[in-house]
Amino acid sequence: MRITVHVWRQAGPQEPGKMVAYDLDNVNEHMSFLEMLDFLNESLIAKGEEPIAFDSDCREGICGMCSLVIDGIPHGPEKETTVCQLHMRHFHDGQEIFIEPWRAKSFPVLKDLIIDRSSLDRIQQAGGFISVNTGSAPDANNIPIGKEQADRAMDAAACIGCGACVAACKNASAMLFVGAKVSHLALLPQGQVEKKRRAIAMVEAMDAEGFGNCTNQYECEAACPKGISVEFIAKMNREYLGAQLSGRSS
Amino acid sequence: MNLWLFRMLRSSVGRKVLMAITGLLLIGFLVSHLSGNLLVFAGRDAMNDYAQFLKEHPGLIWGARIGLLAIFLVHVITGLTLAAENKAARPIPYQKEACIQASLPSRTMARTGLLVFVFVVYHLLHFTFGVVQASKHAKHLEGLRYDVYDMVVLSFHNPIIALSYIVAILVLWMHLWHGASSFFQSLGWNHPKYRPVFEKVGPVLSTILCLGFLSIPLSAWLGILKAGGM
Amino acid sequence: MNSVNKTLDSKVPGGPIEKQWELYREKMKLVAPSNRRKYKILVVGSGLAGASAASTLAELGYEVECFCFQDSPRRAHSIAAQGGINAAKNYQNDGDSIWRLFYDTVKGGDYRSREANVHRLSEISLQIIDQATAMGVPFAREYGGTLANRSFGGAQVSRTFYARGQTGQQLLLGCYAGLNRQIASGQVKMHNRTEMLDLVVVDGLARGIITRDLVTGEIQRHAGHAVVLATGGYVNVFFLSTNAMGSNVTASWRAHKRGAFFANPCFTQIHPTCIPQSGEFQSKLTLMSESLRNDGRVWVPIKPGDTRPPNEIPEQERDYYLERIYPSFGNLVPRDVASRAAKRVCDEGRGVGPLVGGERRGVYLDFKDAIQRHGKKVIEDRYGNLFEMYERITGESPYEVPMRIYPAPHYSMGGLWVDYGLMSNLEGLHVIGEANFSDHGANRLGASALMQGLADGYFILPNTIGNYLASKKPENISTDHPEFEKVENEVRAYIEKLLSINGDRSVDSFHMELGRILWNKCGMSRNKEGLLEALQEIPKLRKEFWENVRVLGEGETLNQSLEKAGRVADFLEFAELMCRDALEREESCGGHFREEYQTEEGEALRRDDVFSYVAAWEFTGVGVEPILHKENLTFENVALAVRSYK
Repeated sequence: MRITVHVWRQAGPQEPGKMVAYDLDNVNEHMSFLEMLDFLNESLIAKGEEPIAFDSDCREGICGMCSLVIDGIPHGPEKETTVCQLHMRHFHDGQEIFIEPWRAKSFPVLKDLIIDRSSLDRIQQAGGFISVNTGSAPDANNIPIGKEQADRAMDAAACIGCGACVAACKNASAMLFVGAKVSHLALLPQGQVEKKRRAIAMVEAMDAEGFGNCTNQYECEAACPKGISVEFIAKMNREYLGAQLSGRSS
Repeated sequence: MNLWLFRMLRSSVGRKVLMAITGLLLIGFLVSHLSGNLLVFAGRDAMNDYAQFLKEHPGLIWGARIGLLAIFLVHVITGLTLAAENKAARPIPYQKEACIQASLPSRTMARTGLLVFVFVVYHLLHFTFGVVQASKHAKHLEGLRYDVYDMVVLSFHNPIIALSYIVAILVLWMHLWHGASSFFQSLGWNHPKYRPVFEKVGPVLSTILCLGFLSIPLSAWLGILKAGGM
Repeated sequence: MNSVNKTLDSKVPGGPIEKQWELYREKMKLVAPSNRRKYKILVVGSGLAGASAASTLAELGYEVECFCFQDSPRRAHSIAAQGGINAAKNYQNDGDSIWRLFYDTVKGGDYRSREANVHRLSEISLQIIDQATAMGVPFAREYGGTLANRSFGGAQVSRTFYARGQTGQQLLLGCYAGLNRQIASGQVKMHNRTEMLDLVVVDGLARGIITRDLVTGEIQRHAGHAVVLATGGYVNVFFLSTNAMGSNVTASWRAHKRGAFFANPCFTQIHPTCIPQSGEFQSKLTLMSESLRNDGRVWVPIKPGDTRPPNEIPEQERDYYLERIYPSFGNLVPRDVASRAAKRVCDEGRGVGPLVGGERRGVYLDFKDAIQRHGKKVIEDRYGNLFEMYERITGESPYEVPMRIYPAPHYSMGGLWVDYGLMSNLEGLHVIGEANFSDHGANRLGASALMQGLADGYFILPNTIGNYLASKKPENISTDHPEFEKVENEVRAYIEKLLSINGDRSVDSFHMELGRILWNKCGMSRNKEGLLEALQEIPKLRKEFWENVRVLGEGETLNQSLEKAGRVADFLEFAELMCRDALEREESCGGHFREEYQTEEGEALRRDDVFSYVAAWEFTGVGVEPILHKENLTFENVALAVRSYK
């Protein structure tokens, strides 16, 4: 099939960017979206043009590296699918496709479609952990956890940290990302010990990074390639409020 | 102020909660306001009795007014700062915008909120301060009594006024459509069992309230409610 | 450089095997807590091994710097492991023990691993589960709240712990969380989007690395008292593999070029359950968890060239070849056995699926019987996410039609040579996780990679590195040493050269061609003739690369072509060593199948009398024949036997 892609090209973090259109022939429907871009890049290299820079690593939907907004939707039109697992069979001959990077103040563009997501790391560093030194753990079966509870923690823990929630949110809010981690750990007995400190620290770190605020539109949930529920944002709100109202530290 | 309280109310989650609580209180006000207004259908005396009752209890009405004003201002100012931050959080917009599932009301909360704010000012100038249509502003009846009933009904005989109210109520309807569901989530209450119910609270509640409000200008305009003091 | 130690001493402590690790720890030297902060350790890689090592070393009080080429440590390819992690907990009361896990691993590795290391791994497996659970890894649970297990890939006991189909992800996020805690405390300095391009050796000791900041292109020097490589495996040398796009051999290879021996490079694992290639444009292959073989039945049509849709092929015209050939293990035979069997039936023209390059390379993995037996709901609970993933990629639903699978390069058992303390022959250079060679022999068992990465990073290295550091004074080390300048200049010149060729062919085209050579001649089965051909073709391709590659852009910016070019350049050198090793090892064992050495039934024929050793290669120059050093393997605890799964 033949398609036209409009791609955001930006030479560097400080450079201005713009959309550039490329016509591409002989696209195979079995190609993944990123393979289509590889294919386009090969043709650009052949012409002596710099290839389009975009992030990807595992290409099996789990590392969270790929980050393209396709026609306004992070990871493209397929539900619960990262862009590396999106295949060209979902597009039609002659289609025009717009490809842009995640857009948020907290995700500055480094080049073309590559963005800097270190803000997400910094939020995790603020409290997304359980403070147990190696070697000091009790036997794993000493902490019984009901299947339902463990499954729910797993639902929250499934976040791949891609940032699609931020990209999809009209306000560029990171609450689904933060809510998932706060909830994952707050749902487990191991995470109870530090849950108050964690909820406050992570929310404050999120605010400090300049993400927007949640207005409960749930675009994040709809765009999340792992289908993480906004229920975890509610849980984070609860955890945060509880921590502030009942915590002993000021 | 305690440091923690300050930090909490300044945080994204804290302000979200603030919006939810003030929003909830404003919905409470709307319910009571509507129940008072609906007395117009019970006749001129009922309506004017109610107005007189309020007039005779200045403590009650001024307490409510001040409280309401404070809640309203917190809701508006917090909402505006959040909206400004949200805008700043995405300095470069998408060249191609799309929306997966978010409802129109949820995407226009700041705009509908501002329109409601403008309307409230207008509404106060109209019925409370009598700046709009000063000639028709509540006339004294039988000495001390205000004729609120006539004021309302006669106002809405003017199609422009009636239409402006109708439009404003429709905007309010949109605002509440999202707002009256959203506060559950903001206050941390979401659960797969209740989520479908919560998601309907906004649309149902906003529709009931707004139908109630709409009934007054419509009835007056269409002549179902008749003024008697003319 | 010339003072690098060139002898192989495995330093395995004496005594009975179950006491060796204890004995080692009793005798090892310790660094006093107050002195630890005076030592700086450079950890390259942030996967299971790297992140767990970096955080644990930081907890102990060492100053740590950690490097990863991805944008966050959480993206390391450990994240893609699906199936699970083994541990000899015996929670299921089904006869498991440390000894049995040890035995299974040595046997599964086809007797080409170091017994002492494997036993230690089995012992530590217990602690890993405890540690991971305490870190908040949401392992699957039974209704009563205890941990659930499943059997996995060639084991007769249920010892595999799992977190849905995302065990690697959850374990990595556990390590990442621990690492984040140390980054926040300032004990670990993290360098994201930073690639190690060379090792700096000062007076025979690994003392630093040269890196390139992948965003700014800045070349940086980093000095440390020890260097830890946790840089993963090299099967991306095949171009098409289940590894991540960025997985590479560069760090290991540059260390090898600086004197570290490379052990058993020809030992690569070809995973049997991957989605077959669908076209020439494909950039990577996707693995489907091996756990699928617990319920799926593998078959091909009996008749060659039978292109009827699978559901129209009647039962009696199907060949459930694994069940037929290996009745006692059936569909659960180890990976190497299953992979070769698939290759054989496809070689016979019985492969299924679309024609790619004129061949049908695929076999069916059928869930029809399992769905009939357990119901769709149970199968959905077990494999729902895998089935969805398959459908996303192929557009076919495994509930309706059988999956198609084919083997793909997946893991490298070979790696840099290390002693019992996980230190290379090059003193101060430690190698952990998939990057080293020691524990899996010639074939890795399912659910053992996560176990090894975490054993190395959490429990072994943090102990053994102290033993090394305690013998060195915490002297001030500086990047001003002339050796740093020399190596940095070499790195700069290398980058300049790549950018200045400006030829006609893209980096990927070279990588693809290299991959084809290796897959055909050093892949699932190898023979002398093919290997000799490959050894002719690879240097030719490498020569062309250095004359005709086109790398556009500049060195001082984010330049993905340049990153790839450096990695492919190293693969082009490494591939030659891999083929040489495969040629030299005139036997079949595990993932290394030499066609000349097979039984009458076509099974691998090991030659323990001649090849019971680790082949550790010393670099002598690009294109120059390397020197082979041998570490003899003795099997005192597990008797050498023919591996049979019949």
